[in-house]
Amino acid sequence: MRTYHQLTDPDRSGLADQIGAQRKRVAERLAGVRRIVAVMSGKGGVGKSYVTANLARALGRAGKPVGVLDADLNGPTIPRLLDVSHAPHTTHDQSVDPALGADGVKCVSMALLLEDGAPLAFKGPSAESFVWRGAMEASALREFLGDIAWGDLDMLLLDLPPGMQRYIELCDILGNPPPVLTVTIPTPESGDAVRRAMRAAVERGSQLLGIVENMVGGELKGSAGDELAREYATPVLARIPWHAKPETWNRLVARL
Amino acid sequence: MKFLCVECDQQMAFGERQLPGDGTLAATFKCPQCGRVVAMLTNPMETQLVSSLGVEIGGRTVPAQPLETVRKMVATGRDDAFDEGGEPRGHAAGHNGAPTWSADAQERLSRVPSFVRGMVKKIYGDYAKERGITEITPAVMDTARAELGLEGM
Repeated sequence: MRTYHQLTDPDRSGLADQIGAQRKRVAERLAGVRRIVAVMSGKGGVGKSYVTANLARALGRAGKPVGVLDADLNGPTIPRLLDVSHAPHTTHDQSVDPALGADGVKCVSMALLLEDGAPLAFKGPSAESFVWRGAMEASALREFLGDIAWGDLDMLLLDLPPGMQRYIELCDILGNPPPVLTVTIPTPESGDAVRRAMRAAVERGSQLLGIVENMVGGELKGSAGDELAREYATPVLARIPWHAKPETWNRLVARL
Repeated sequence: MKFLCVECDQQMAFGERQLPGDGTLAATFKCPQCGRVVAMLTNPMETQLVSSLGVEIGGRTVPAQPLETVRKMVATGRDDAFDEGGEPRGHAAGHNGAPTWSADAQERLSRVPSFVRGMVKKIYGDYAKERGITEITPAVMDTARAELGLEGM
């Protein structure tokens, strides 16, 4: 009996071609984006979204066109941090307009598409959701990248949720591993989790742009930022105190 | 995915796709030599897995719509998430050659969840326009559903 590759007629479904078309759509949509930066940590609760939003706002204040894709589909917080109020997204034949936040930051977030207070739930057989839910979320991420009218941007910041799954999906969708900005807090526990994430990013081929150490100067003790910087030969770009002022973020922009 | 007629050693050709509406999918394949037809039947979980990839067995019947998977598959979408880009296609009589919607068709469309309604409306509008249909009626919607495999919408 012949095997798949011995059957030379094309597969009418053309699933590989359909996937290829999806990737092409993403590449074409992002052609006007000068830099894509993934903000990640591996550790939850360290302030990734806070750093992302304030970095974006500082870029916006500096006159740079900037966008934020809230890739935390299940716990989205970017709209609140960017002072985006609910308003319908205008759709066009091939795209959907992003929302516009403080300091002119463009953004898209699942929070803007869901009923107030509702979790992200998909139609389908819930009994086997562990089989397909990950793929569904990856598709949503792909559509946020490829179907939003991002236009010409100096930087598109991707606010990733804790863990590595979304980062891996992102690498697959983009075709190239994106440069990574890492966020940690000073504690050794955070350092342990972030270390694994940075290693995964390096192994995938991402450029490490540097580390942002958040929540500095309070009760949290440790030197995770410096330790990670030494281990990965990447700079600590900023130490963010509690109640950071705009100048702190402006300095981060200058160093990024 | 390919199917082989073992007896004839021939690759079977895709025939048609059906979405019965119960979460399953059926696709038929025919041997070009002996004419034997087989059907591939997927259970809801398998069907969902394919849908979640944003691809269609048998190939796409309509161009990809923006945020298509999100709009089709998210169950908790807010009603006012989307504004359909100004004047919706197909509502104004004779507007840019766009088809009109009969009252029955509009009523039926109004029962589509608003999160996805604009996208569904555009697909029906494009379908009618491409075929020179001047008025979208429930019968036209039924035909389009069957032809385009819109049962999931």
